[in-house]
Amino acid sequence: MNDKTTIKIYLYTRFERLWHWFQALTVICLIVTGLEIHGTYQLLGFQTAVTVHNLIGLSWLILFAFFVFWLLTTGEWKQYIPTTKKLFLVVRYYVWDIFQGKPHPVQKSKGAKHNPLQRLAYLGISALLLPVQMVTGLLYYLYNDIPHFLSLPIIAVTHTVVALFLLNFLIVHVYMTTTGHSLFSHMAGMITGWEEIYETTQIADWETKATQKK
Amino acid sequence: MKLRYVSRYGLAVITIMTFLCSFHFAFASTKDNTEEAMGRTLANQAVKNANRWSTTDHAKIDALNQDFTSGEEITQACLSCHSEAATQFHKTIHWTWLASGDKSDMRYGKAGYSVNNYCISGNAMEDKGCLSCHPSWNKKGVEGEVNCLKCHNSSGFNFDEALSDIKAFSEDSDPETEDIMKDLQQEVKQAVTKITLPTRKNCGDCHFTGGGGDGVKHGDLDTSLTKPNRMLDVHMGTDGKDFSCTRCHTTLDHNIAGRIYTNPAVETRKSLIEDDLAPKITCVSCHSSVPHKNDSKMNDHTDVVSCQACHIPTFARVNPTKMWWDWSKAGKLKDGKPYVENGPYGKPVYKSIKGEFKWEKNVIPEYFWFNGSLTSTTADDVIDPAQIVKVNHPVGDKNDPEARIFPFKIHRGKQPYDKINKKLLAPLLSGKDGYWTTFDMNDAIERGNKAIGIPYSGEFDYVETTSAFPITHMVTPKEMALDCTQCHIRENSKLAAITDLYLPGRDKSGLMDTIGWLSVIGALAGVLLHGLGRFFTRNGKEN
Repeated sequence: MNDKTTIKIYLYTRFERLWHWFQALTVICLIVTGLEIHGTYQLLGFQTAVTVHNLIGLSWLILFAFFVFWLLTTGEWKQYIPTTKKLFLVVRYYVWDIFQGKPHPVQKSKGAKHNPLQRLAYLGISALLLPVQMVTGLLYYLYNDIPHFLSLPIIAVTHTVVALFLLNFLIVHVYMTTTGHSLFSHMAGMITGWEEIYETTQIADWETKATQKK
Repeated sequence: MKLRYVSRYGLAVITIMTFLCSFHFAFASTKDNTEEAMGRTLANQAVKNANRWSTTDHAKIDALNQDFTSGEEITQACLSCHSEAATQFHKTIHWTWLASGDKSDMRYGKAGYSVNNYCISGNAMEDKGCLSCHPSWNKKGVEGEVNCLKCHNSSGFNFDEALSDIKAFSEDSDPETEDIMKDLQQEVKQAVTKITLPTRKNCGDCHFTGGGGDGVKHGDLDTSLTKPNRMLDVHMGTDGKDFSCTRCHTTLDHNIAGRIYTNPAVETRKSLIEDDLAPKITCVSCHSSVPHKNDSKMNDHTDVVSCQACHIPTFARVNPTKMWWDWSKAGKLKDGKPYVENGPYGKPVYKSIKGEFKWEKNVIPEYFWFNGSLTSTTADDVIDPAQIVKVNHPVGDKNDPEARIFPFKIHRGKQPYDKINKKLLAPLLSGKDGYWTTFDMNDAIERGNKAIGIPYSGEFDYVETTSAFPITHMVTPKEMALDCTQCHIRENSKLAAITDLYLPGRDKSGLMDTIGWLSVIGALAGVLLHGLGRFFTRNGKEN
């Protein structure tokens, strides 16, 4: 089982890593300040929390616009095309096989950075939760300046519940980084850009099809 | 390949720059905030010419240079120049004590059917005790002559006493008394020339002591405002702007701007920029509706929250105000005599003539939606004695564009009502037939209700009532205004009673919060179990 040797491949570009960690920083700050505004605890003081939350929220929007631009221009958006192939194998892996020491059914590669479960999760977050959060956040921020399409309670409650769903994602996401070859190998991958994979791993053609260059 | 690397690197740099720039802009706008707030700039312009000027020295007016023997003569002297003053004044509520301005409509006013839960009723000016605040000579009410000096004399001289002495002395032929009379007349002559626009003391003589004593009624108006510092009132503070009452309560034909019973002080808030002849009675008049510094979130509040709500965090900050008055306890005697019992602040907690009191200082207001109008339960309105009766109460709700969340003093008490007719009663208090002499409530009610012309069944009991006073004076310096978390907080929000809006930090959806937190707790529990599973199975490794 452990006789396989690992090699390192350059998986995450500088921009991706930069974007990832800025996003991590902003999202954590947004959750911390957001929950204070929600009245869950007192930390920075309500006024400071609101100011910081607005500031970071807007910064994150700008950052996200760059990310979308990058996705579109580089064709990396294809990494997020959902697939059901091997999806259940991946689920089975995390539910059962991981405790048996069996290998992950889908290895990372340049053409397929995300396994089918990740693709689905990231797509759901990027296409569903984040847009809802952006729209409700902007409506909340601009509530006094624009006509009231939605009432404040609907905006605020939606913004809060989606924030908690994102916190749910954050917890699982951080935990999942520990499921690599070693506890910190995924984390290291996102910091250095170099991710370890097994040398002998065969990447199935369908996995990278979308991102293959002609 | 190299070009691609450069473009990606470039993108990354642009992202960092944008991110950092957003902070830079944020700090830049903080810097802008050190500039003066719009509301302050406008208000300072509106009151720039603080020194009023007069073209008349009343000491040089011949009409005033005479030996007066009665108040009426003084008024005639005033009217010899100010020919329309009395005619104008006769039409104002300060004179008629009726909101309508004439006797055909008695509904609202001290001289009408209006009651409160302090001294209850003016009994259509039959209760002469009340008339010490009527601006007529010798407590004659609307039958008498206007006493101009009540509002327009700054000497503080007691004209009533001096003139009644002069009258008494004039009937005496003793040369010694004649000398004293001459001296008195000289004093009157000098004092009469001290003519002024109404000062805080002139207005305060009645408005600071309404309800029968200092600070009894309003809570935001008491004798501490005669010479306040700016900590007590940022506008009237003698170490600040030193405003007189009429600086805001602007006047037209002797009609003074302000709320009158159910009528709001103004229909709509307008700044002087929108209408330079509008009364200066609202905060918006001078401070505009965007009074705070640029981009301040506070400016987003002004369509919902009144200025007063944050800028008057407490009232009665120097002198205590009466918060409870129980008429049902009145009438206890000691050795057959009425007595007074003093409590905290040196204020009476019991008076045989009035009942039981509670006083408070530094009172936190209660907050209600308020569009400028108050409901008013008069002695002619049917009440439900099973409930606490609101003698008056603010009008307005979230959907009323003129309504704001506004601070109030709520005065609670018990007062007599007619058990059969279900109406609040108007006992006559002062005078030889009044309750304060006879201690016979039934008789006092009979006389009092007869005075206002509302039948009394002969059976009375006491009902608990509330009355509301809008809190609008005693504005603090801005440093003492409420901060966000006084309201935007889960527990003990100052606006806990305002439930028809979503208040961030105070409100949440119980269901959606539960769903959200369950998902978070579920995630935590899930990763914990999964992690423990991996730990104990050692990831399925043999060693």
